[in-house]
Amino acid sequence: MLTPEQIETKLDRILLKVQKPGRYVGGELNSTTKDWDKTQTRVAFVFPDIYDIGVSNVGLKILYDQINNREDALAERAYAPWTDMEALMRENGIPLYTLESKHALACFDLIGFTLPYETLYTNALNILDLSNIPIRSVDRDESHPIVIAGGHAATNPEPMHAFIDAFAVGEGEEVIHDIVNTIQKYKSMPKYSRMDLLVALAQINGVYVPRFYEATYLEDGTLAHTLPTIPEAPKIVTKRMVSKLPPPITKFIVPNIEIVHNRVSVEIMRGCTRGCRFCQAGMITRPVRERGVQEVVDAADAAIRSTGFEELALMSLSSSDYTDIQELVDAVSKRFEGRKLTISLPSLRIESVSVDLMDKLKQHRSGGFTLAPEAASERMRRIINKFIPDEEIINTTREIYSRGWTTIKLYFMIGHPSETLEDVQAIVDLCQRVIAEGRKIAGWKVKLHAGVSTFVPKPQTPFQWVACDTKESVLEKQALLKRQLYKDKSIKLSWTKPEDTMLEAWLSRGDRKMAEVIYSAWKNGAKFDAWDEGKKQEAWMPAFEEHGVDPAFYTHRQRRTDEVFPWEHITAAVRKNFLFQDFRQSLEGQIRVDCRLNCFACGILPTFANERRENPGEVWKCPDVKSPAQKINMELPVVGD
Amino acid sequence: MRVRITFTKQGALRYTGHLDLHRLMERAARRAELPLSYSQGFHPQPKISLAAALPLGFSSRNEVMDIRLNEELDPGDISDRLKNSLPTGIQILGVEKVEETLPPLQTQVLSATYEVHLMEPADGSELTRKVQELMMSESLPRERRGKFYDLRPLIEMLSVVTEANGKVWLRMTLASREGATGRPDEVLFALGIEPDTARVERTRLIFL
Repeated sequence: MLTPEQIETKLDRILLKVQKPGRYVGGELNSTTKDWDKTQTRVAFVFPDIYDIGVSNVGLKILYDQINNREDALAERAYAPWTDMEALMRENGIPLYTLESKHALACFDLIGFTLPYETLYTNALNILDLSNIPIRSVDRDESHPIVIAGGHAATNPEPMHAFIDAFAVGEGEEVIHDIVNTIQKYKSMPKYSRMDLLVALAQINGVYVPRFYEATYLEDGTLAHTLPTIPEAPKIVTKRMVSKLPPPITKFIVPNIEIVHNRVSVEIMRGCTRGCRFCQAGMITRPVRERGVQEVVDAADAAIRSTGFEELALMSLSSSDYTDIQELVDAVSKRFEGRKLTISLPSLRIESVSVDLMDKLKQHRSGGFTLAPEAASERMRRIINKFIPDEEIINTTREIYSRGWTTIKLYFMIGHPSETLEDVQAIVDLCQRVIAEGRKIAGWKVKLHAGVSTFVPKPQTPFQWVACDTKESVLEKQALLKRQLYKDKSIKLSWTKPEDTMLEAWLSRGDRKMAEVIYSAWKNGAKFDAWDEGKKQEAWMPAFEEHGVDPAFYTHRQRRTDEVFPWEHITAAVRKNFLFQDFRQSLEGQIRVDCRLNCFACGILPTFANERRENPGEVWKCPDVKSPAQKINMELPVVGD
Repeated sequence: MRVRITFTKQGALRYTGHLDLHRLMERAARRAELPLSYSQGFHPQPKISLAAALPLGFSSRNEVMDIRLNEELDPGDISDRLKNSLPTGIQILGVEKVEETLPPLQTQVLSATYEVHLMEPADGSELTRKVQELMMSESLPRERRGKFYDLRPLIEMLSVVTEANGKVWLRMTLASREGATGRPDEVLFALGIEPDTARVERTRLIFL
């Protein structure tokens, strides 16, 4: 294996031949380089997309700090090299290395992939290959790192089951320590056995070790069940959830080159109580936990001071629902007044109060104002449980144009369950009405940007039973939008290619059979699937054929009501019954209100009753648990000897 | 106040380009809580000017920039604050107050000196012969990005250094005026050395 010095010498010869060599050298402010030889456990966190995108990922930085704050462990980072760099690395025999110490990934004890979206899967395989680590979990031995993965894509880990040793399901702040502690314990034994370590990992709450489970299929190709093959592995893996949010990170990496998002992101709240039925994040990040105004403002200030960034984003799934949003906005605008800072407050509700909030932040009007109605007809907004009356949307957009913004961005999705062409026509009508109203207020300079993506029914949501729209239907709907919206020069339309939507659907809804398809697609050259380049269809379609797997089985099939899903043994603690009931209500056009107003018993409280009891009151937005503490639920295995 | 800052740019920072360095310095000043002056207009720009762009991949022992601040501060204090706000590849060598009325820094640079270390063993006497030949020539016509120019008048000094241990490297001084800038990699090409196999460090900027 090459030493860091050898890697650096080789790098010197190739870096000036690639675009943006600054991606591959590290040396950033707020990165941490610890003494390699004096540190017991070494962790490499990998974001499998290019540096420009990955370096600002908050999830990875949270874990990086968690590990580097320990005396006995270090964490370093790696990203996917762009194709020009990868070709030169392969040509010169340079394995993928971490930016901090330039050690090859294969030297680490633990490799942790962050997988926030599924289109990173082929990149993850490519990175293992580029690191000379066997791609399949079963081919790794005691000399190889343990390969774990986490992030929203772990909601359905099955398509990647063959490649990842262990998945961390849910929130990572606490489980990462359990994993590192377990690795330390087993690696310091006189005779380290990888298999014993994996068995121990499988016993950590929230950790899924796929090799200890077996999937049995019915004749129609759907699942009979997925069951553990060893007694130590739990039947159901329940996600991890941190009952009290740890302090926000402030030491963001400051890159020495231009990247996509140069900003400080402070998470003001985790989870969402709105219950939009299409939204996987809203279902899997429950319960809602808020940070206090003071904590957010102080963290933002500390982060701006430690980075010098010019943008601050106050992150959450639904900013308007943050209890003290008015106080927060007041405090932030006061604290950062005159500091030449752009402040963004994404995911605002469609109501005029949101315009007041943005007004208070005194932002440049040039950036445009974003609203996400997601569907354009009231009928459809009932189905997806994002109910807003048409008039409310019109009133809000009028308010935005009248306060000086000239551009409004409206986000929609097509392909919602039971959608007809009338619902798609409603997008056109709404856009035209918004722009017409805008012109009455501000004349011909007003602009509208309609971003229309295509819905993919995601695992562990009320829509997990429904089929994706077919390519033909999507193309017809997109043609309708283009035909009519292109007429108006003030309206800009963007959309998602149906091929990209299908890929996302296979990968997010797939079962274990998808693993071989992913492997073959990667062999056929698939990588950077989230990018608009590359030869996706040429790589993926033959891969499906090679393994006799029908892509439509994953995308265009309505699931039986009693179907066992590939992710049935993984739970975000929101019960299947609850999801199904919500799905039924959607079919009847019934809406469910914000669950802060009325608890619908999604399943979070019974699972995390103890955590709620220990954190009573306003920090969580679930009702308090008053029943006396019960003994520890013996179904869940506890880590230990 | 106008402040002249000299600094190094080494290690990973070799791969940070000129525009990115501007941005980096702006952020460093913000971290150091220095009251940078900004230009007027819709997109205010910080008043930071770097003396001479350093090509990507080169390190430097002596870069110079001027910044303008809205307040009078002690140069020693500015230096201390900046030192704690920069990535490890940049070290502050000096901070001094200069006259507001001095002409723009970029117009004052005359030439730059470089050290070129070869990553592959070289024959010292052969290299010396080539250097002499080059320095004797009347002109060195070269083409760069489709433009023809004469490299020879841009080379003010070029010499081979042979150390006692046999290690051979080059030292050169090249013109660095607006519109007349010699590039070390072009000199290497003229000597038949692949620039990929050399490490170039700028050691000094010479001002008017």
